[in-house]
Amino acid sequence: MSDPIVKITGLNKWYGDFHVLRDIDLEVRKGERIVICGPSGSGKSTLIRCINALEEFQEGEIVVDGIELGPNLKHIDAVRREVGMVFQSFNLFPHLTVLDNCTLAPIWVRNIPKRDAEATAMKFLERVKIPHQANKFPGQMSGGQQQRVAIARALTMNPKVMLFDEPTSALDPEMVKEVLDTMVDLAEEGMTMLVVTHEMGFAREVANRVVFMDAGQIIEANTPNEFFASPQHARTKLFLSQILR
Amino acid sequence: MSDITASAYVRQDLLTERPAPVKTTGFIGLVRTRLLNSPTNILITIVSALLLWFTIVPSVKFLFVDAVWTGTDRTACLTENGACWPYIQAKLPQLIYGFYPEAERWRVNLTFALAAVLLVPMLVPRLPAKAINASLFFFAFPVVAFFLLHGGGISGFGLSWTAGLLQLFDDSIIGAGQVLLNLSKTSAIAPLLWVLGSLIVLVGKAIYWLIFPLTWLRDQLEASGQSVWTDFAITTAVVSLIAFALGGGVRAGWRPLAWSLATFAAIAIVIKLMGLDHGGLSVVQTRLWGGLLVTLVVSVAGIVTSLPIGIALALGRRSSIPLIRIFSIAFIEFWRGVPLITVLFFATYMLPLFLPGNFTVDGLVRALIGIALFTGAYQAENVRGGLAAIPRGQGEAAAALGLSWWKTTSLIVLPQALRHVIPNLVNSFISLFKDTSLVSIVALFDLLGSLRASFADPKWSAPSTLFTGFAFAGIIYFLFCFGMSRYSLFVEHRLNAHRRN
Ligand SMILES: Nc1ncnc2c1ncn2[C@@H]1O[C@H](COP(=O)(O)OP(=O)(O)OP(=O)(O)O)[C@@H](O)[C@H]1O
Ligand SMILES: [Mg+2]
Repeated sequence: MSDPIVKITGLNKWYGDFHVLRDIDLEVRKGERIVICGPSGSGKSTLIRCINALEEFQEGEIVVDGIELGPNLKHIDAVRREVGMVFQSFNLFPHLTVLDNCTLAPIWVRNIPKRDAEATAMKFLERVKIPHQANKFPGQMSGGQQQRVAIARALTMNPKVMLFDEPTSALDPEMVKEVLDTMVDLAEEGMTMLVVTHEMGFAREVANRVVFMDAGQIIEANTPNEFFASPQHARTKLFLSQILR
Repeated sequence: MSDITASAYVRQDLLTERPAPVKTTGFIGLVRTRLLNSPTNILITIVSALLLWFTIVPSVKFLFVDAVWTGTDRTACLTENGACWPYIQAKLPQLIYGFYPEAERWRVNLTFALAAVLLVPMLVPRLPAKAINASLFFFAFPVVAFFLLHGGGISGFGLSWTAGLLQLFDDSIIGAGQVLLNLSKTSAIAPLLWVLGSLIVLVGKAIYWLIFPLTWLRDQLEASGQSVWTDFAITTAVVSLIAFALGGGVRAGWRPLAWSLATFAAIAIVIKLMGLDHGGLSVVQTRLWGGLLVTLVVSVAGIVTSLPIGIALALGRRSSIPLIRIFSIAFIEFWRGVPLITVLFFATYMLPLFLPGNFTVDGLVRALIGIALFTGAYQAENVRGGLAAIPRGQGEAAAALGLSWWKTTSLIVLPQALRHVIPNLVNSFISLFKDTSLVSIVALFDLLGSLRASFADPKWSAPSTLFTGFAFAGIIYFLFCFGMSRYSLFVEHRLNAHRRN
């Protein structure tokens, strides 16, 4: 396949004295779907938040679509324009309607005229199957609907990579499926995705690779079949036995 | 069939009439269920009724029943012990305008009218063109109001103002250097001071030559006689070109260019209409202003300037840049730690001693600045409370979408933060409105000050004038504060639509 769209080399990060990420190397090719899993506190969120510079790091290098991420603010903006992110707690803007949530960034970051931005936003809201709720406020929707709006909001910026940080963990079981279905659709359209999740069904169905993290390191990375059938590492086996039960 | 007739739900014999249940609606019902439904409530009801009786009845009696409504001097009010309304009527001009010359009072009325015309459409959410309306009120109106109320004209425009400002800045640098040089003649650390002083003077000289083209141009303009309009043309050209270039040049700059030209055309019309280019209206010194005029000028200016100051300080206090943070904290804590009276005294009597000799600030403006900064510090803490209530995820989501810090703050964080603290902000506005009465201790005659001055008039000295005057002032203050309070409730309700399901 083609060049990596995300390339992480020798990434190290400390919170004070605490070494959160240790020598992370990871390459994501265009169109690849990667699921990151691992026990709580292993640094999964920290890792994907480094990719769009929500966290700073002390050592190493991250290259996103040829743009090198460093302390240079200019590059941070360039990277963030190419990378979409979906949060565990949705983080929709409560004072704006669903439609305004989706047009804000295109209008203010990409300088797209309001009418065009609204047309694009409606297109993505249709794709996540909530076009008729466009004029509601986020507080008036269910968690699953809110998370689908959050996905649509990220997509309106035409990102090359989508990051998901436990997108279904804050949802009731019956809403998990609607969000996962949306993500599966997205994967089928060829979006490059990095997904932190404990939904192993999703990993089996969609992922090209499953990456297992523990104590700030990537200790195993494999195709889903291999990963679930014959985990190599003792920690992986323990984790899988706990989570699959 | 017999089964059905025997059923329990079929009446065997007719019921006798029963009395109606105790009424729970209507006035009687309300009294019964809300006011007299338990011994405690009966007690509270009786006490409240007595309180109302002892406050409302005498007030109504004083203000209306026993009041004197007509008369030409104190004799009319000596006989009754109710309010003396003819006194208010006679003193009304003084209470509204202070010593503002009678022939010029139409200027005050025009300013009030202008303010109302601009303010009312801005406060009604349904009406369109909020952006233009707001910019007219916040930027154009203060300037027009100044030239209307104060009078006077302009002798130059953007170019000469810029030149003047730069020159003032340069003069103060050179002045500071000179002071150091003078000190170095007597001080123990003379060489150090001498070096420092010479250095500063040198920098000042360099700036002098740097801005020389500008000052030279201004002097040429002033000599030519047509200074205002030539300067105006130059400023228009420069600003419009900058707007054009920043707006995107040939590609997208036409709209900003048109806006800029339209704005300057409007400014030109105002200058022409008010005759600012030859002297404008006759000058009315601010020490002649008084009454409601001063109260409104001080409070509106305070309200309008203190909120931006507060927002800036609140953001500064949360900044990650230490210098900005420390400055904001020091500033806020300083102003919160000093009583307003001290601030006003300081601004009025001490500030002139610190300012460079040829630099004077009008007394009213000094008080205004003091009040704006004082309230700004309080507003900063209010706004900070709102900022603290915004979850970190909001800023992160905005950043992840590629919004810059400024855009995140102005589009996501501040709109939410300010909505949270509308009651606190309005609270501060209301107390500012009432605190304006403190300016009377620094020789400015606001509504209350004018009122107290009017008590001295022997023509109207009667036992009831004092009470009448204070009652009148109280009603005026109450109307304004109550208006603000109700409007803020309305805005709060409207802006928080998203929090209701
Ligand atoms: N701001 C912070 N300051 C100090 N330590 C932090 C901070 N944020 C996270 N940590 C620590 O870094 C480690 C990794 O955190 P991270 O959020 O990346 O874990 P995670 O793998 O996403 O866990 P979870 O599955 O619970 O979300 C944790 O031990 C956490 O306590
Ligand atoms: Mg996490």
